Amino acid sequence: MAKVVVVTSGKGGVGKTTSTAALGAALAQRNEKTVVVDFDVGLRNLDLVMGAERRVVYDLVNVIQGDAKLPQALIRDKRLDTLFLLPASQTRDKDSLTPEGVERVMAELRKHFDWIICDSPAGIERGATLAMRHADLAVIVTNPEVSSVRDSDRIIGLLDAKTERAERGERVEKHLLLTRYDAVRAERGDMLKVDDVLEILSIPLIGIVPESMDVLKASNLGAPVTLADSRSAPALAYLDAARRLAGETVPMTIPGEKRGFLGKIFGRRAA
Amino acid sequence: MSIFRFFSKQTSAPTARERLQVLLAHERASVGQSDLVAVLREEILAVIAKHVQVDRDKVNVTMERGEHVTTLEVDIEIPIKAGVRAA
Repeated sequence: MAKVVVVTSGKGGVGKTTSTAALGAALAQRNEKTVVVDFDVGLRNLDLVMGAERRVVYDLVNVIQGDAKLPQALIRDKRLDTLFLLPASQTRDKDSLTPEGVERVMAELRKHFDWIICDSPAGIERGATLAMRHADLAVIVTNPEVSSVRDSDRIIGLLDAKTERAERGERVEKHLLLTRYDAVRAERGDMLKVDDVLEILSIPLIGIVPESMDVLKASNLGAPVTLADSRSAPALAYLDAARRLAGETVPMTIPGEKRGFLGKIFGRRAA
Repeated sequence: MSIFRFFSKQTSAPTARERLQVLLAHERASVGQSDLVAVLREEILAVIAKHVQVDRDKVNVTMERGEHVTTLEVDIEIPIKAGVRAA
């Protein structure tokens, strides 16, 4: 049965689009048919991160307004034939997303895919609420930083109130994805630790993605992190997170914490 | 504890954690009540207006969040003349 996942955060720039692409590719790498859907109308970027920016012809708004059929707007990934992208519109205003239109598109996607990953825009406006509206699961992307944690808390509240599931009296399964984590700084007491964030937000953890050059490198190349270099630290974190999302039990590791004696001494002195 | 830590100043993460805990406790309690003060003001005004004539601008409703309790302060200025009509 199809599962709809919303990748959301409230705050901008915490890694929603990167995480959508990486988790989408990781799920598709498991041979499950996956579509990543960009809800950021007017400021689309998922196409760029996926490396499909030159292949966009029709978009989500075209489908909603009936200018194109869904299969015409779906872009199949060149590296993985189980991975698809439904881009957002770049030019139209964001009011062109209608609740009825989104409902229709989601219902149709459910018929054809195992996973539908919705990349939410930042904020709590229409785009963000429509992206989470039909979700079965939510991945809340959070940085270990006060404003990101506060906004995540707000989004968790919205997920419990403004979604279809919430209105039916059911729950949206919520998972915390901690990104840009720096174990050394956290250990030194200069960054919120994993446990701090978990205690404050009190939702289960699905993965810890370390701060890494590999993330920027992947977006430079237009490849999801898990496809750019599947053995890099962030890729491993996303691959594990995707397995947990799919219901597997995978032991949680904090990336970058396995430091030797010398690493501890020099790691602390640096920065 | 490394020798470098020994000489460094207080860490900032515990402060972040504490500030977030206090802030979010308040924000969670007031979900969907962002306009609570405005609603209260209107309703209080309506009740008062049944009995005395008051100037809308002379009704002040404020809410202050303390660490353990939140206080609601209602300040209404009633003109002396207005009381006559109520009788």
